[in-house]
Amino acid sequence: MYKVYVYVTLKEGVLDPQGKAIQESMHSLAYDEVESVRVGKYFELTVKDTGEIDKRVNELCDRLLANPVIEEYRYTLEEVVPN
Amino acid sequence: MKFAVIVFPGSNCDQDMFDAIRTHLKEDVEMVSSAATDLSAYDAILLPGGFSHGDYLRSGAMASVAPVVRAIKEEADKGTFILGVCNGFQILLEAGLLPGAMLPNRDLAFICKTDLVCVANNNTTFTNLYEEGATLKLPIAHGEGNYYCDESTYRRLVDHHQILFTYENNPNGSVYDIAGICNERGNVLGMMPHPERAVEALLGSEDGLKLFQSMVANWRGTHVQHT
Repeated sequence: MYKVYVYVTLKEGVLDPQGKAIQESMHSLAYDEVESVRVGKYFELTVKDTGEIDKRVNELCDRLLANPVIEEYRYTLEEVVPN
Repeated sequence: MKFAVIVFPGSNCDQDMFDAIRTHLKEDVEMVSSAATDLSAYDAILLPGGFSHGDYLRSGAMASVAPVVRAIKEEADKGTFILGVCNGFQILLEAGLLPGAMLPNRDLAFICKTDLVCVANNNTTFTNLYEEGATLKLPIAHGEGNYYCDESTYRRLVDHHQILFTYENNPNGSVYDIAGICNERGNVLGMMPHPERAVEALLGSEDGLKLFQSMVANWRGTHVQHT
């Protein structure tokens, strides 16, 4: 069994209106050193080991979790040993 | 002519679409579940607005992997007319039937108002009863209608005359004011404004009617009418 931690972020160059609004709030709190904020998504999956986990997770990200037109993704794996 | 209105969990403009076709166009129309796997009985497929599957992941993303989408792709390949409005447009983008993607509106607010939309190309199945350059009054109602595509995709859209509608006063930040695009073949249209909510004077505008009438006229032009 694996825990899969997937991070989906907007591609460079794609405007992020939410990130910009959050950055403005930071500035209104006087955190003026924050030069940019980009909002992304985070997923935790628990996945059975079928021997081809990278292939399957990449497929899932390409087909559903991320939209390749505007987003990119990365993930990390952690093997879970049942008690 | 027989229309299908695809109903996803969370669609909420399905009844308006159905009513536009039956009451105002007086054509055959049926509601079809998003679990359907065969749409070969229909001459046109309409994807209505709403919040399919709650739009929890991205607008239209979960709907784009529903069983019916494979059938929609099969019909698109055959040349069947397919129209996605609002969430229907988002689903067509997520399904890869149209290029580009949607981002949250530039000002982050959900926008619900009547807006001015320009007919940028009237030489299509969906728009040929309009005058080129005509300005239409159509309702918009969306939180993620900020159309995005990269520069090379935009060039291809222009080169193949795929931009059918543009906003007069861009409300949401869409690149190049884009409000509606079709595929290269010209049988699949996605648009954010709602033509089905502008089909009689009582609703404030009848400017959406000619879109559906264009579809019917073009279908009749290529099919023998049953008597």
